[in-house]
Amino acid sequence: MPLFANAALTIEITGGVEGGLPIAVVPFDTSRLSSKLPIDIAEIIASDLNRSGVLKSMERARLPANPHYSNQVQYARWRTAGQDYLVVGRVLEKSSGLYTIEFQLLDVLKQKQLVGRSMPAKKRNLRSRAHQISDFIYEQITGTRGAFNTRIAFVRAQKDAARKYILQVADTDGFNAQNVLESDEPIMSPSWSPDGKSLAYVSFENERPEIFIQHLATARRSKVSGFRGLNSAPSWSPDGKFLALVLSKDGSPDIYTLNTATKRLKRLTTHRSIDTEPVWASDGRTIIFTSDRAGSPQLYRIDVGGGKPKRVTFEGRYNTAPSLSPDGKFIAMVHGERGQYKIAQFERETGNLTVLTDSTLDESPSFSPNGKMVLYASTRGNNGFLYAVSIDGRAKHKLSDQAGDIREPVWGPFESK
Amino acid sequence: MKLYNAMKIWMIAGFVAVVVTACATTQEEMISGDGEPIDGQSQTGVVDDGTSGGADATGLDGADGGDGTAIMDGAPMDAIEMLEQTEGALANRIIYFEFDSAKLSSESIQVLETHGNFIAGNGEVSVRLEGHADERGSREYNIALGDRRAQSVRRVLLFQGASVDQLETVSYGEEQPVMSGHTEEAWSKNRRVELIYTVN
Repeated sequence: MPLFANAALTIEITGGVEGGLPIAVVPFDTSRLSSKLPIDIAEIIASDLNRSGVLKSMERARLPANPHYSNQVQYARWRTAGQDYLVVGRVLEKSSGLYTIEFQLLDVLKQKQLVGRSMPAKKRNLRSRAHQISDFIYEQITGTRGAFNTRIAFVRAQKDAARKYILQVADTDGFNAQNVLESDEPIMSPSWSPDGKSLAYVSFENERPEIFIQHLATARRSKVSGFRGLNSAPSWSPDGKFLALVLSKDGSPDIYTLNTATKRLKRLTTHRSIDTEPVWASDGRTIIFTSDRAGSPQLYRIDVGGGKPKRVTFEGRYNTAPSLSPDGKFIAMVHGERGQYKIAQFERETGNLTVLTDSTLDESPSFSPNGKMVLYASTRGNNGFLYAVSIDGRAKHKLSDQAGDIREPVWGPFESK
Repeated sequence: MKLYNAMKIWMIAGFVAVVVTACATTQEEMISGDGEPIDGQSQTGVVDDGTSGGADATGLDGADGGDGTAIMDGAPMDAIEMLEQTEGALANRIIYFEFDSAKLSSESIQVLETHGNFIAGNGEVSVRLEGHADERGSREYNIALGDRRAQSVRRVLLFQGASVDQLETVSYGEEQPVMSGHTEEAWSKNRRVELIYTVN
């Protein structure tokens, strides 16, 4: 079983949640349960909401009261405590290990319920249920779908005497990490299938880079690309039928598309420069990629039918690793300037470039499926850590633990509703 | 000056594979040469300099030992003995590069010409060219850069007469640094192609 299964990642808010809407999440009533729950639901919700930067949850020690039902709430006390929103809830036990979670989101000023739900839960999906409640609350308040109940994938490298690379998936707060693949040779470039059920990745297990697809639930996998030279940077088309990838079998690294059913390969770029990091636009008709054809790496776009690539970025001498926002209007990327590599957001219509991070070795940006956060890796000292930053750059948090060097995070899709 | 010299001997299913990795040259010597860097991406650039570099002067005439360094005690050396030498161009098995570049320096081309002649003259030898990059920037771009670097080296070896079947390129990008740390010294040591020999 996974070496790091359920290894806890600690979360550290590193950038301002000041200005977030004040919300109090009261510990849920668990007094009627036959045994203690393995998790603290209210704490998970409060932590989720805090990380968004849009909401700021009240410290538990400062809560003025401990209500579990809306009819126990004295709204004036919460108003005095400066809270706009209040979440109360309880966990009931139907039979051993089978629960019902009930919660209510209350508007303190209007003194009324905004949303209330009752949901079944099992011991093993309690954490996922808590993230789902965060999604309900976030959507009710902001009007934007929450992305807390999604998964992230990343590569963890152990640099001890026995070098090891582990491809993992985890909850968006970093908890509940599970191993997908463990290898003595490098693993790179995880990419989520649009249905969230499979990962494509590059593994060096045969001492050269080859692309594999692995179904997560069954762990069944197959090699989809093992040509001479480079097989790298797989990226799924929005309909899940194609992979864009990078091969150097015909000379220099070029962008290809592969029909995963028919195995038909189509070459999109032919320039003798480096072409890599293809990502699909959500309409599936264009691909954004990195090329150094103009002398330094910049982003380009090309029609999936072929044609001449058009340059997208012009500012600075190093723009790589594109991640497209779900609406296609923004590109998160690595922007290098004066020897420092930071995560920047590029607005395609205006050409505006906003630098979101302030470290020097940041890489692998990946948009959340609701387009509100960007997950990335940052090297500090000898290790890489995962961070997420809100697209306004205001809220930033770190997901980390002590076990190894973490890199190449990718944020998975929404679960189908 | 760090000397990197490792030898592994494997016995696999009836044949002996000897892999020798050695480097007796510091990166400073490799990248601060006064010669103009050659565009390793340009076939003609390599070709022109490959010939003018004097393959006869520096090259080895394969197993026959056309070069003085290939003779020990008057007897011709076989490929394994030549690879076990700790000095000379053949012992030089790491080629270094500038940042974001796959261009070979003229010194590197000279070293590779010696390797190319040796490989061409020893059909039992095969070489794995492992391209690497420093940690800066994106991992995908860096693995592509490592591929370009390995290809630059491959082109010189092919021009000297090595056959396609003897050469394998693989890029590790920034995944396998030889020196950790975020310093120019570490970065310059990590931007490299390693020549890893196998004698069948």
